[in-house]
Amino acid sequence: MNTQNAQEISTSADAASLTNGSGAAAILAAGIGAFALAALAIAGDQILLIRRWMVFYKPTGPLSGVTTTAILIWLFAWGILEWRWRNRTVAARRISVIALLLLCLSLLLTFPPIADFF
Amino acid sequence: MEITTHTFWTLVHGMGFGGLYLLACAGAIVELWRRYSPAAHAAVTAEDETFLRIYLVAMALLAWLAVLSGAYMVYPWYRAAAPPGTVNLSGYPQRLLMSSPSTIAWHSIGMEWKEHVAWLAPISITMACAVFMKYGRGIKNHPPLRNTVLCFVLVSFLAAGIAGFFGAEIDDHAPVRGGSTVRLIHGKQL
Repeated sequence: MNTQNAQEISTSADAASLTNGSGAAAILAAGIGAFALAALAIAGDQILLIRRWMVFYKPTGPLSGVTTTAILIWLFAWGILEWRWRNRTVAARRISVIALLLLCLSLLLTFPPIADFF
Repeated sequence: MEITTHTFWTLVHGMGFGGLYLLACAGAIVELWRRYSPAAHAAVTAEDETFLRIYLVAMALLAWLAVLSGAYMVYPWYRAAAPPGTVNLSGYPQRLLMSSPSTIAWHSIGMEWKEHVAWLAPISITMACAVFMKYGRGIKNHPPLRNTVLCFVLVSFLAAGIAGFFGAEIDDHAPVRGGSTVRLIHGKQL
């Protein structure tokens, strides 16, 4: 066995031995970020006060605040979850289902005819 | 043959960053589906792994460039407010769309959806990139993670597709024009 093959097998074994916590943290945080975006978009559209608060950059209007705030929520959630789960093995299947539900909900909630129900 | 700077940057945003992202997305889906499936027979080499890492970083960059250029360069031109009494609305795309019942939905549904749904793409692909950076080939050993990453990439493809479709149609009905004019080729009069 040459050195390169040995290194490759070693890298693969390292990756296999990683816990799933970091991956699950990134996935759930992305779901939370996506849902935050949709929820803030609806809130900014329906509530005048929030719409005013969300104008971070006037030429872009409330979209600037909605997206910036959603990104901050996403990154904050990611940081917290990574800190809590990075060395742990978590229920990845259940977390994945929750994250995908949040993502699908955000896809639907950003669709104006559905958003207008709120 | 001339082009305005606003049109040029709209092209860079849509056909450059957005179009390239859509093309790249198709490749990432195939790669993640075929090569990184737990049932895949062929071994994934270190070179394959490095290639996909670079590919996903490039995709994440494209996605962020697409939404940021859209939101902070093109969108302000799109939503420019027309001075009271303006009759010719060609320089005010949003107002132009809203001025006719036959085009208002391109703004009220098309742009309203596009401006938000597009952001799901960079969020999703950044997550996919981060997970792949961490696990690399080892993602084959974590099927729930790999399947969820694949689903997020699929949704990002859908989100970018929706944004791309509405972007193209909106620009067709009410093009973003303005800024200085750049002459590309000086044509001969026939």
